[in-house]
Amino acid sequence: MTTQQQINIAAPRSGDIDPKYIRQSASSSSNWEMFKWLFMRISGPILLVLIFTHLFTNLMLGDGVHGLNFGLVAGKWASPLWQIWDLVMLWLAMIHGTIGVATIIDDYTKKDRTRVAFKVALYLASITIVVLGTLVIFTFEPCMTDAAGNLLDNSPSFCFNQ
Amino acid sequence: MTTTLEPTNNTEEVGAVESFTVTMQVRRYQPEFHEEAYWDTWTIEMYGTDRVLDALHKIKWEIDGTLTFRRSCAHGICGSDAMRINGVNRLACKVLLKDLDLSKPVTVEPIKGLPVEKDMIVDMEPFFQSYREIMPFLIADESREPTRERLQSAEARERFDDTTKCILCAACTSSCPVFWTDGQYFGPAAIVNAHRFIFDDRDEGGDMRLEVLNDKEGVWRCRTTFNCTEACPRGIQVTKAIAEVKQAILARNI
Ligand code: HEM
Ligand code: SF4
Ligand code: FES
Repeated sequence: MTTQQQINIAAPRSGDIDPKYIRQSASSSSNWEMFKWLFMRISGPILLVLIFTHLFTNLMLGDGVHGLNFGLVAGKWASPLWQIWDLVMLWLAMIHGTIGVATIIDDYTKKDRTRVAFKVALYLASITIVVLGTLVIFTFEPCMTDAAGNLLDNSPSFCFNQ
Repeated sequence: MTTTLEPTNNTEEVGAVESFTVTMQVRRYQPEFHEEAYWDTWTIEMYGTDRVLDALHKIKWEIDGTLTFRRSCAHGICGSDAMRINGVNRLACKVLLKDLDLSKPVTVEPIKGLPVEKDMIVDMEPFFQSYREIMPFLIADESREPTRERLQSAEARERFDDTTKCILCAACTSSCPVFWTDGQYFGPAAIVNAHRFIFDDRDEGGDMRLEVLNDKEGVWRCRTTFNCTEACPRGIQVTKAIAEVKQAILARNI
């Protein structure tokens, strides 16, 4: 695979061909498709670790599923580790899932208009979820009180020491 | 005369080839007579040494001359008779009837994803256009024209040996679900034939071919389904070749 870009030959890409056989999509010289492909393969294994650790800590450790309540989530988001963890999980899963579904839309839609409509809906949904999710992770108030000023049931223990 | 030359009962002959009845269910498309494609079914007597191609010949030569299909060498060399046999892409000349489940009809359809013109005949032009686009010929610097044969070591030849075996039958490309979606994907066969030159150390057009395949419709559309490897009548490790081209593009850009 010796490399030399400027070799002058009569090849299809040199323009020496009946235009009716030229591929429809203009060839992009960017590496966008390559980066998408790479991103799927890098984010996949990272998600594998993030998701299964997340499931294990939430569902197996401590009281297991019986300990799942407002307090557990509130307690986790008080810790920067779980904030970062959930943030990375949210972003990676959403970008990974959006690229994946966009691929499926490209596969199954026949008309350009259907394709654009589905993709706009997909991107809007993804952006909404990523923005809302990020906002919640960073602005979450763990020690919420009811109208009477009392801490909510199941509030994380550190709220009671204030 | 007590001895006659009358034929004896076949099955009692020493070394006689077994015979059986086969039901052939063939997808027909005859645009001059019917707008829609339909199925035709024939039950015929065939022998243990016969292939699907022989059954099609028997139908065409003895029963229905309108049955249309391509074949040339009849020995797995020319790549003309790829078709969907019992739902998988095979060369009709390489499938022995006795290896199929003959208790059910044997279905024969044209390969998928290319426009059907008549019966098994599809328009191969989009397939060959992708092949042309990857420049399937040796590209060497003209200023260094050799005065003798371009030598190559056995190891360097081995590097791309597998992909030299392609006969351009289109069994792989027309078995690929990504190709079926819109027919725009370059397809496994084009990538296999690009691989054959990209990894040839006498060739100097590797970068141009990688550029061609680093396209929206290039190697990145491959989803590693392995249908192509399963379909290839030459046993080429098609999916592996595609993965190697992906790696070469990555290595060049990162
Ligand atoms: C658990 C760890 C995960 C791994 C190891 C993983 C791995 C992968 C890989 C390698 C691909 C590319 C397939 C291809 O191009 O052939 C892919 C596609 C995809 N992934 Fe994931 N992924 C994971 C989690 C997720 C999650 C959480 C979502 C949803 C948010 C998701 C949604 C998708 C979708 C929709 C596709 C496209 C499917 C297709 O191309 O047919 N994946 N995944
Ligand atoms: S790679 Fe195999 S299946 Fe594909 S065109 Fe070549 S010989 Fe046929
Ligand atoms: S007829 Fe030539 S490959 Fe089958």
